[in-house]
Amino acid sequence: MLRNFRLSALLGAAAFAVAGTAYSQNEQFIPMNGYWVGPYAAGGSGIFGGFIDYLNMVNARDGGINGVKLTYEKCETEYNNARGVECYERTKKRGPTGASLVHPLSTGITYSLIDKGTTDHVPIVSIGYGRTDASDGRVFPWVFPLITNYWSQNTAKIKFIGMKEGGMDKLKGKKIVNIYHDSAYGKETIPVLDAQAKKYGFEVTHIPVAHPGNEQQAQWLQIRQIKPDWVILRGWGVMNPTALKAAAKIGYPRNHIVGVWWSGAEEDVIPAGDAAKGYIAAAFNVSGNNYPVIKEIEKFVYAKGKGEMEDKSRVGSIYYNRGVVFGIISTEAIRTAQEHYGKGKPMTGDEIRWGLEHLSIDDRKLKQLGATGFMQALKVSCMDHEGGGSVKFLQWDGAKWNTITDWIASDQSIVRPMIEESAAKYAKEKGITPRDCSKEG
Amino acid sequence: MQFFFEVLIGGLLAGVMYSLVALGFVLIYKASGVFNFAQGAMVFFAALTTVGFISMGAPFWLAVALALLAMAALAFFTERLVLRPLVNQPQITLFMATIGLAFFIEGIAQLTWGAQVHALDLGIADEPIEWLMGNTGMNISKFDLVASGIAAALVAVLAVFFNKTRTGRALRAVADDHQAALAVGISLHRIWVIVWMVAGFVALVTGLLWGARNGVQFALTFLALKALPVLILGGFESIAGAIVGGLIVGASEKLAEVYIGPHVGGGIESWFPYALALAFLLIRPEGLFGERRIDRV
Amino acid sequence: MLYREAGQFKTTYAADQQLFPIRQDRIGMAILLAVVFVGVPVAAATPALAGMIDFNYWFSGVLIPFLIFSLAALGLNILTGYAGQLSLGSAAFMAVGAFAAYNFELRVPGMPMLASFILAGVVAALIGIVFGLPSLRIKGFYLAVATLAAQFFVVWALTKFGWLSNYSSSGVITAQKLVVFGYAVDTPVKRYLLVLAIVSVMALAAKNMVRSSIGRAWMAVRDMDVAAEVVGIPMVKTKLLAFAISSFYCGVAGALYAFAYLGTVEPAGFELELSFRILFMIIIGGVGSILGSFLGAGFIVLLPIFMDLSAASIERSFGLALPAGLVSNLTLILFGALIVFFLVVEPLGLARLWQIAKEKLRLWPFPH
Repeated sequence: MLRNFRLSALLGAAAFAVAGTAYSQNEQFIPMNGYWVGPYAAGGSGIFGGFIDYLNMVNARDGGINGVKLTYEKCETEYNNARGVECYERTKKRGPTGASLVHPLSTGITYSLIDKGTTDHVPIVSIGYGRTDASDGRVFPWVFPLITNYWSQNTAKIKFIGMKEGGMDKLKGKKIVNIYHDSAYGKETIPVLDAQAKKYGFEVTHIPVAHPGNEQQAQWLQIRQIKPDWVILRGWGVMNPTALKAAAKIGYPRNHIVGVWWSGAEEDVIPAGDAAKGYIAAAFNVSGNNYPVIKEIEKFVYAKGKGEMEDKSRVGSIYYNRGVVFGIISTEAIRTAQEHYGKGKPMTGDEIRWGLEHLSIDDRKLKQLGATGFMQALKVSCMDHEGGGSVKFLQWDGAKWNTITDWIASDQSIVRPMIEESAAKYAKEKGITPRDCSKEG
Repeated sequence: MQFFFEVLIGGLLAGVMYSLVALGFVLIYKASGVFNFAQGAMVFFAALTTVGFISMGAPFWLAVALALLAMAALAFFTERLVLRPLVNQPQITLFMATIGLAFFIEGIAQLTWGAQVHALDLGIADEPIEWLMGNTGMNISKFDLVASGIAAALVAVLAVFFNKTRTGRALRAVADDHQAALAVGISLHRIWVIVWMVAGFVALVTGLLWGARNGVQFALTFLALKALPVLILGGFESIAGAIVGGLIVGASEKLAEVYIGPHVGGGIESWFPYALALAFLLIRPEGLFGERRIDRV
Repeated sequence: MLYREAGQFKTTYAADQQLFPIRQDRIGMAILLAVVFVGVPVAAATPALAGMIDFNYWFSGVLIPFLIFSLAALGLNILTGYAGQLSLGSAAFMAVGAFAAYNFELRVPGMPMLASFILAGVVAALIGIVFGLPSLRIKGFYLAVATLAAQFFVVWALTKFGWLSNYSSSGVITAQKLVVFGYAVDTPVKRYLLVLAIVSVMALAAKNMVRSSIGRAWMAVRDMDVAAEVVGIPMVKTKLLAFAISSFYCGVAGALYAFAYLGTVEPAGFELELSFRILFMIIIGGVGSILGSFLGAGFIVLLPIFMDLSAASIERSFGLALPAGLVSNLTLILFGALIVFFLVVEPLGLARLWQIAKEKLRLWPFPH
């Protein structure tokens, strides 16, 4: 017994030895709070793989950003709120200037970090997830749900369906079913769909699927009764392949199912096998490794025997490329900040927040980055923390995702008022006075 | 009315799939009194190992055989390293130990085979049967029917094994009374290894069927949740209970979702089976096939 | 030698019945309380130490969740460990507490925060009683179904009924600013002290409760309910009280989880997995032990963090870049193995280990 105590004492001593590691002063630290185990590990490992590879590529090719080397540290969140907060607290002070920005990669963890990031002056960047109404930068100065939020994505989806039907006026009298994961994430688009149903005169039925969604017979039999023209799939994890399988089972055409991007990775369709053929998903990044930016990663990282992905075939997959988008956004925000506050030195959280708020990636810049067509151009402002708002639609052909549309813009005339209303309500509840954007530099 | 039957039959077939998961729990509980929390992890591990070997180029049956071997090894080590040192401990301790085991298996599985999801094609199309569709308008999946056939065969095999073989009888003896079984010279250790192997085999079958249905991925571990109401309804100790319980849970949750769900906002599948089991238990506290225990002071 | 009660005579009944009858225990407890209440915050305020250790991380990332989970585990331990009623619904009662406290703050103007917490506990207790009713008829593993029903039903209801989350589009609530007696609790150290104070008071209450007549009634029911009934213990009252008090503890823990820890919570954050985690805590820590609740929470909350930290430091100090997923998976494997290892070493939980250590210490250093 005593031996055990001695052992634990030793282990305890080791824990305190953790503190006190020297950092070089010219480094910019980015925490990698992700998940490499558990039900969503495929997504976590893919996205953070792309993210880390991109940073390493920038370090290897350019020697960092204007000479400031990018460093990172991984922390396992297990997609669990408590662990995510612990990771955030652990990494927020690392590096000479603390955590540059945090990508929580979980809507739940994002929620938990909104207050903390605001207090600690750490920008919370949630690309393609998180709190939609945080797009109103006046109320949420420290939160950046960049590129495209769920509501914008949803309006673009209805536009896409309208296109397919031959015009938005043709939507009148059409039936659309919204099958969603019964959670905060899944419920998020219900109000915006209802608003559009009123505007365009289509009929929408919301059908929830209880977590985790590995059995959906009842829901799809209901869908068979309704005989909708289109089905919108708002799934997560195992719910996606199960939905596609169940659709095949009732003989519902897959090319009339349109998913959100968390239903639109290889990992969501491969398990469904042939049942997934023809299925369409919205995306803010495309798949494939034919883009110069991916080629650069292969050249500067993988050709040297490094790289995060153990299975190299995943380079260029949807999740991996999404991670590269995360990387591009993060580094460009740092670069923007450096251009304003002084090149060649590490930026603080405040400075990077400024960089994010003034981030502007136009087509010329995209070309420079080697990401033309890979992601959309975006321009962030104090008012608008989303910046982009467009999506492309991809179709699964049984082996890969094919891009079937160009960037389709969202309908901000629907989305923006809803965002402002929701943000104003939050501000009132929390006693926040929204910033006056005309006074921001 | 036709829609009602469609939902009912679909539910019953889904129920068979739940029964399969529950079966693994029942086997182990019967023989060793352990509520095996790791059963979900075992399903995941078995399916992932099979798919892993297939992706390495092994033919299907070889991969299955290798996975079976892995499950046997797992059973052996579990008995040696977990059950044997904990013999005669309270049930809750053993339950906790299987939780540790679940973490362990999940870690090993993902470490060995990676976090990627896989498809598994058993060569049975998951599509409606044309003939039935044409004649009755009912939508019944071929795959579900085959899966129920496999489940039935599995139960038959288990029944023969338990009733006709020497080992099977020994297993039943252990289930009835550990002490008496020991007294007549049955080795508890050997029986435990065997029963965990059998449970591993059931896990493999479950994993392959569910894996073919939804893909082989970590979410297979969630299946344990589907088995809980089945177990409670059918009793922890009865194979027949697991089957009947599965059918009841499957059919009722589907009917409830379709007919009650829309009126209360839907998504009631998550709690309905439990409410049903609860209502049932209030009438019959020992479960459908559970053994009635009389307390004496 | 050091830990021997020889020579400590009890001359009154009051002295015999005190909470810590042995002087060393009293001194130990006093030191512990002094350290956690005064020592730690003072150390955090000392610039020299604060430069070495990141106290804010330890407060917000480790100690606060540890204390909150301890409180929830304590609640479950009252129900499962003392009254013998297995529950898999602790997370649901936490959710009730979190959402109730939020709604009290939102809808009752000028509601004091502590009153909200207490009322949140009361609401959780009432729900606990409702789901405790089946315990009058169902026992053992089968009873778990009632608490599982609570688990799934509560999360479902919180997602479905917009009123509960003030019609936020996604069913998420954001806790109001933490203000106690007009005093803003806004820094990690203040939050830590608030949580610590609440947890200490409630732990003390629990310690007293389990040795009062109600505590004895619980244990009688746990050990043999029929016999307990025969000797005249009111079954209905005893069992339902256990559910109510346990849920009260979980409810307060849930309110703290939302207000002092996460800030914003969604119903899905209170999934079955969290209930299981709390159950793991009491089994590892020790079923039917107040101390065990804390030890178990420590094991389940701190061990993964500790392993993660060690892996990271190994990686850094050796300049290794371990493959993605390797560390996470090894941590998981090791965590599982350690659970089994601890159970093999001491099947009755860590609290029992502590007791054994105390027995040894009585004789140490002269064991013969």
